[in-house]
Amino acid sequence: MNILVCLKQILDPEIPARDFRIDAAKRLAEQGSANLVTNIFCENALETALQFRERIGGAKITVLSYGQPSAEDSLRKALAMKADQAALVTNDGNNNPDSLTNARVLAAAIRKLGTFDLVMTGREAGDWGAGQTGALIAEELGLPCVSFVDTIESVNGKLRLKRQTDTGWEVLEAVPPVVVTITNDEHNVPRIPKVRDVMMSYRQPLTKWTLEDLGIDVSEARAGNTYYEVAELFIPQKETACEFVTGDTLDEKVEAFARRIVEVTGAM
Amino acid sequence: MNDVLICLFSSAGFDKAAQGLAGAGRRLADELGGQLRAVILGSEAESLALEIARVSDAVTVADQAELAEYQPETCLNALVELCGEALEARAVLLANDTYSQEIAPRLAYRLGGSAVGDGVEVSARGEHLRVSRQVYGGKAQAVIELKRRPAVVWLRARSFAPPAHRETPGAITRAALDIKPDERTRIVERKRETGGEARLEEARVIVSGGRGIGGPEPFETELKPLAELLGAQMAASRAACDAGWVPPTWQIGQTGKKVTPDLYLAIAITGASQHMAGISEAKTIAAINTDPDAPIFKHSRFGIVADYRQVVPLLREKLAALQK
Repeated sequence: MNILVCLKQILDPEIPARDFRIDAAKRLAEQGSANLVTNIFCENALETALQFRERIGGAKITVLSYGQPSAEDSLRKALAMKADQAALVTNDGNNNPDSLTNARVLAAAIRKLGTFDLVMTGREAGDWGAGQTGALIAEELGLPCVSFVDTIESVNGKLRLKRQTDTGWEVLEAVPPVVVTITNDEHNVPRIPKVRDVMMSYRQPLTKWTLEDLGIDVSEARAGNTYYEVAELFIPQKETACEFVTGDTLDEKVEAFARRIVEVTGAM
Repeated sequence: MNDVLICLFSSAGFDKAAQGLAGAGRRLADELGGQLRAVILGSEAESLALEIARVSDAVTVADQAELAEYQPETCLNALVELCGEALEARAVLLANDTYSQEIAPRLAYRLGGSAVGDGVEVSARGEHLRVSRQVYGGKAQAVIELKRRPAVVWLRARSFAPPAHRETPGAITRAALDIKPDERTRIVERKRETGGEARLEEARVIVSGGRGIGGPEPFETELKPLAELLGAQMAASRAACDAGWVPPTWQIGQTGKKVTPDLYLAIAITGASQHMAGISEAKTIAAINTDPDAPIFKHSRFGIVADYRQVVPLLREKLAALQK
């Protein structure tokens, strides 16, 4: 079983709102003091792949990223988590390419890496949250796609995919090859690699490609805006003036609070 | 062609999302000067088709046996045929349910269009469609310009107002389709987890607890009776779910559910931007928190600075008295 997991390095989404700044001209967030981290859903995808490999007793896991040179750190961490091999396509163009550009670059790299039974992505990234890369990779590769999966098993040569829905969950059977996008659940919390493994990972080989190496339209990939473009980016100023209920005692305050609730919800 | 097409699945019926989707579609079609057409996929689509016909110009129902229940590849093939050949639309709008999100980007790809999701506003700007959406976990807002036609957009449908009825309802036709079942993937089991309860996404009132609740018991002994009194659904922050106090399905936020209630009562929730991303479309937020500087108050219409352990029992008393 050959598994490929796509990883995206993003600005740490946990930075507090007060430290968050944007460069309005570039229509991008400023990095400031924030760390770069692997998108959590991508790590959930890798963890799901690692557990699947353990369950079926062996599979080769390749991790792939398209991003800035610093994305190498995300791939090294994945190797420390025990992915088998890693490849990085360096982006020397638009820092926030549209979803189709991302998918085309990743799909070209996937074809160059070989054939895979299972291609995995996170359901969306914690920066732009477009939620399209996996689905568009499937289209580029001509494969079916199943989204919001949290568990993968193998039954009689088919994949059994459990996925979350609005109302509960579903199980799908899929004949590989297939693309799945992964969401988080209590079972795929990413493991923490050992410090020693992290250090060792920097000695492991890592394939590096430029856009030219992939045989795609490089100028279109660099522009990264023929599918969509960010026309505006701003921090919404929508602080509401909170009315703190008043009263001499807690009892009076809660009474006022209760009356406000009834006003909002109407007669119940 | 300046028509707008909305795609719905019959399984959810004419819920708040379907109404919002129809409303968004109608307003965009009016702006573009085109018609509003609808495509409904799935079995037992009659009542939904009648409702949608009252607010649109034409409804196409695809209820063939192969489409009775959603299957990703087969439904996608059918939608591509319906959107591509039968109805050359300027824009294709979907709601943000699991199925719509799953197939929208692929639909755009096959139609040669552009997709974007999680939209809270759609409008035309010259040749292009522009969609507003939250990014960076709700810390920023972006306007995305779609470069290709058709624009395929999935919306936070519940936060759009429903449309007005039209004098003459649109015609309902059954789709003539050459369906190509694709068995590479197949849904073999479907499980509803909410057990008859209304869904969080549909709730009018939500009582939600955070890390400050301190454990699983108060959810049961304090928050649940309050929720019952208000006819509310219960929810929680990521911290409370991660701690295992309540089921993960209760989680509101960027990595949880996005909700649109009339009232969101946040109890002992700090209001990290990650959490706020899930309630930005709530009509009113009210908060109970011991910390007057908690970010949740910056988003709240009204609040009380006190320990919820003292507030909630009193609040139940007061609400019960007011309801009499």
